[in-house]
Order: sequence, then structure tokens, then C-alpha cells
Amino acid sequence: MQSVAQFTINYWQYLNSGAQVVEELPDFAHTSAELVAMYRAMWLTRLFDHKAIALQRTGQLGTYASPLGQEAIGVGIGYAMRSEDVLIPAYRDQAGQFVRGVRLADILLYWGGDERGMDYAKARQDFPISVPVASQCCHAVGIAYAIRLRREPRVAVCCVGDGGTSKGDFYESLNAAGVWQLPLVFVINNNQWAISVPRSRQSTAQTLAQKAIAAGIHGEQVDGNDVIAMRARVEAAIERALQGEGTVIEAMSYRMSDHTTADDASRYRSQEELEKHAACDPIARLNTWLCEAGYWSDAQEEVLQQELTEQVDQAVKEYLAEAPQQPASMFDYLYETLPTAYRAQREELANAHSETKGDADNG
Amino acid sequence: MAEITLVEAVTQALAWEMAADDRVLVLGEDVGVNGGVFRATNGLQERFGSERVIDTPLAEGLIAGMAVGLAAQGLRPVAEIQFMGFIYSVLDQILSHASRLRTRTRGRLTCPMVLRAPFGGGIHAPEHHSESTEALFAHIPGLRVVIPSSPGRAYGLLLAAMRDPDPVIFLEPKRIYRLVKEEVPDNGEALPLDVCYTLREGSDVTLVSWGAMVKETLEAADTLAEQGISAEVIDVATIKPLDTITILESVARTGRCVIVHEAARTCGVGAEIAAVLAGEGLLHLMAPVQRVTGYDTVMPLFRLENHYMPSVQRVVRAAQQTLEFE
Repeated sequence: MQSVAQFTINYWQYLNSGAQVVEELPDFAHTSAELVAMYRAMWLTRLFDHKAIALQRTGQLGTYASPLGQEAIGVGIGYAMRSEDVLIPAYRDQAGQFVRGVRLADILLYWGGDERGMDYAKARQDFPISVPVASQCCHAVGIAYAIRLRREPRVAVCCVGDGGTSKGDFYESLNAAGVWQLPLVFVINNNQWAISVPRSRQSTAQTLAQKAIAAGIHGEQVDGNDVIAMRARVEAAIERALQGEGTVIEAMSYRMSDHTTADDASRYRSQEELEKHAACDPIARLNTWLCEAGYWSDAQEEVLQQELTEQVDQAVKEYLAEAPQQPASMFDYLYETLPTAYRAQREELANAHSETKGDADNG
Repeated sequence: MAEITLVEAVTQALAWEMAADDRVLVLGEDVGVNGGVFRATNGLQERFGSERVIDTPLAEGLIAGMAVGLAAQGLRPVAEIQFMGFIYSVLDQILSHASRLRTRTRGRLTCPMVLRAPFGGGIHAPEHHSESTEALFAHIPGLRVVIPSSPGRAYGLLLAAMRDPDPVIFLEPKRIYRLVKEEVPDNGEALPLDVCYTLREGSDVTLVSWGAMVKETLEAADTLAEQGISAEVIDVATIKPLDTITILESVARTGRCVIVHEAARTCGVGAEIAAVLAGEGLLHLMAPVQRVTGYDTVMPLFRLENHYMPSVQRVVRAAQQTLEFE
């Protein structure tokens, strides 16, 4: 008998949960500007999130998936990526989308039931949110293949949850990334819960990162509540991807919210567990360190909160002011040119709408 | 000009388009070195290289999902699913993504991909290799579903599918892959999608079919002609979107219609055609619409296969019944 394969999974962290530096900081963390920008982006996402939930609770938004407590993952991804890279998000990746220039109002429009929220003005090649879990991993393979085929110096970054790592699409995509040496980075947002099913019931594998090993690509764990680690390790993964090796980053975090606004997590997890993880909050951690480093003050915090609140309020205004699409528009992007066979249906809908409108006007 | 088979016409169309448009890629299981298990991609990898003619890992969901990503990047992927029996894990990608990417993003991202798969029974194939489940795809908004029934139409329709800006499911009736040969000029000329092809004109009854069953349907028309019955034969070719105009116009002249398909009867595409005739052509009908189809059974293994497949006799009998109706 002989051993034919061994592997190691490293765990990366720069700021521990007590906001102490435990690894030599990367270059971008040597000055305040970048760190403050990332801090700001995390708060923007959180304030947006509070507002989105408030909108949902007051009947002004549909079901919505909160990224509460996982803002560092998206912000780290967003800051590591270059504008020419392509993001293929799951549905809890608002933070990264915002950094890439997706409008706050667009994300509200999407969860508010309007397709125009997926027609991003910036990040035009980024995919919209994927609801069918892990199905987006296969798209990322195609995108990365196209990039490699054209010899372009850019990469695809694909997000998936811990539940998604149980799916065939995830395994098939990792495997393909290895076979074709694709410029592709997978980030697992391991928030420990797939609705009500805990991480321990998804897999008995010690780490989810090690699933990369079976695909012949690099895998590592990163403290997903340490935004410095997230950015540094996604940057390293992008570098590796440009050299033709894919990476799986398992970002360790915790879902502080319900699965969505339609869920009640108190049915399946304890208050104690929630409180334990609240102590690891990514925003509080960076705040502590920024203040200790002399990069941040209460006065600056006050200004920041005010500015971001205004920004979110402005986005809500834009969202609420957006007039609904014409009903017949549901036909208008079905095909490039609507086939003859469906023109009568479009007409039928348009007429039904104008009749209803007419009745309403008369009434 | 040499005569070629339907499967050779597929290869010829792929080669033409790959040479004309460097955005076109072929991907699937065994499509490269091996040239496909039916040889539909024969010689393509040699000519266009392994980056554009891609042997994928054995993962159908990946193949379809990857095609979505390739297409969104502006390429023109032509993905092969080796047999329709292996296509069901692809439905998620087709329904959840390919068919709706344009709608979801309001045209920001589009999905000009072709998904090819051989389908249908009658060649004594193993289990899971003989079903005709085209109706599953015809039910999905945002798709085109195209089925050729001759080498010429395979060439012209596949070219059109590859040039179409939206996703096309291109189903190839493998029973007739090598059954007939015809001259197919390799001139890059596409045939129109979204229209039926009237293969034979007639005045007494309209026979509507697609794919491999077009052969039996034409033979039935010959038999009927010997009996003095003039049958019009329509090859639907694009089952989604459906060209109801051609079918309704024909039935307006003949007053009778027999729909022939290999797939199971319930909710088959024949049901949609019958519903259109009932809704828009009722006053022209002189007899109930007949459907000659596979049965609502699990596709039998091949010892009973011939009992399942619609026969010429069944088509002839159904046509006679429409004429006997009073």
C-alpha cells in the first residue's frame, strides 16, 4: 500500500474576530483610503439591506434575500475584481454587485418584481442573480471558456452558497474548470445554512474548499467576515486564474438573517447560535481596527452614516418612482423579433390592458 | 454533386458555418476526435481545432449551462446531447436560463445557442435511446424547436438555427439519419425557420407530421393516391413557434386533417395543432381531426418497438376515416 494523494487546505485570515492583525497585511491595507472605501461599501450594503427588509415588511417589495453579516464577502470580491472581469452571482451577492456598479435601485426593482432590475447599466456582461441554486456555475464555465478562447486577460468569478456545493452543477463546473484550465474563481459563501439545513447536513467533508481538490484546482478557506482576507485571497485567485488555474474559495461566514423575508429561522436555529456569530460581525471588526489604527473617528462615522442613508433613500425613491412596464412588454424580449405565431397573443394582452385602463378611466 | 445523408448534411452545415463564422463552436460528448457517436461532427476537430470542437466531460447539464455562458459572451455554441434520452438534466438550464436570459435582462444578455440531439425510435436501440419528447421543449416560452425530415432541410434549417439570435433546440430524427440520400448544395443557404413545408399538395385530406414520421406520412399519401384520395402532406419542421397559418390554410381547402407523430399522444404537439384547428378552423372541418401517434405508454424496448411506432397503415386508416365520416 502506498499513499497516492495528499492535500492540505489553508485557512486565511488577516484580522481575527478580535480585530487583531494575525498575518502580514497586503499592500492595499497599508493605507486608509482603500480600507475606508471597503468599510463604506459594507455599510452601504447593510443600510440597503435594512431598508429592503423594511420595504418588504410594508408591502413595497417582494420576497427578498438578505446578505446580513456576509457583506465582507461581496465587498472583498468586488474590490478584487477588475471592471473587465465577469461576475456570476447567486442571490445573496448584493455587496459585490454594488461595488461593480449595479444600482441599488436595480436590486430593489428585481426583488420588487420588475425585470428591468436585471438590465444593469454598468457591469454589462455580469450575469443577473441566479435563483436556481448552483445552475450559474455552468454559465461561469462557458464565460471563462470564451475568455480563454479569445486569450483575454480577464477572469470569471462565480458565487455559490454552501447548499449549492451539494449540487451536480457545482461539481460538473469545478471539474470542467480543471480540465480546461479556465480563468475561473468560485467563491462559496458558506453562511452555514441552506434555508433550514445546516452545513453539517450538506456534507461530512471537513471543508467545502477541498471539493476543489477532486477537480484538480486550488482550494482554500478564507475568513469571510474579514474583508481584508476576502479581497486579498480573491485577488490571489484572480492572479492564479490568469495563469490558467481555477480556485475555490470557501468564505466562512454566517447568515445573520432569515433565508429570505418569507422564512422564519427561529424555527430551526437557536438564539444563542445567532448571538455567538453576531460577535464576529465583519463591519464591527473593521471599524475596531480602523479606529485603533487612527484611520477612523466617530465624527467620520456620523458623516458616513448620513451620506449612505441619503444614498439608500435616494435609491428607494428611484425604485418607487419607476412606473411599471406595459403589460405587453412581457412579449418584447422573448425573442429578438417576436414570431408571427405570438403576435396575436401580444395584441390580445395589449387590448385587454387598454380595455381595463379604459374602464378604470371611465370609473 | 454527390448525394448525402441527413447526418452528413448536419456535418456539412456545421462545417460551413464554422468556416464562415469564427464565433461558432461545437461542444459535446465524443464530438471531437471521435466525430460524434453518429459521426455528425466527423472531421470538424481536425479542421477547426480542439478549442472550437470541444470534447466535454460527461456532464450534460454542464454542456447546456456552459453553452448559455458562451452565448452570453457573444459566441455561437452548438452543443450536442448524445441522445435525447440524456437530455433531461439539461431541461433546468434550458427552461431556467437559455430560454429566458433575453427576457430577464431586457435584452442586455442573449442566448444564441443551438442544442442538437438525435431522437426517436425505430432503430432497435437500447433503453432510453428511443423516446420522442419534443413536446417538453415546445412548451417552453422563448425557445425554437426545429426538426428536419430530409438531408436538404437538415442542412438549411441547421444553418438557420446557428444564425438565429435566440436558443434553438434542433432535434435530429436518427432513424432517417442514413435512410435516404439527396443532393444538397453546400452553398451556405439557410432555409426559413418558423414555417411549415408543404411536401405534397392534395385536396382531400391534410396529413401533418414532422421528423422521421414524414417518411411514413408520404408513403401513406402514395397509398391513398392509389385509392383515389388526394392527400396534402405538411412537414411542420419548426414545432415551436408553430406555423398555424399554413396548416389552417391547407385544412380550409381539404376539410380533413390527420396529425402523425411518434411521441406519446397526450399533450403531444399534435394536441396543440388539433386545438388550433378546433379554435380557428372548425367551420372548415368536415370530419374530426385524427391523431396517429405513439401510445401513452413507456417507450417499449425494441422487441415491441414496431407496435408502438405509427405505421403507414395506421395513417392510411385514419385518413380513410376522415373521408368516411358523415
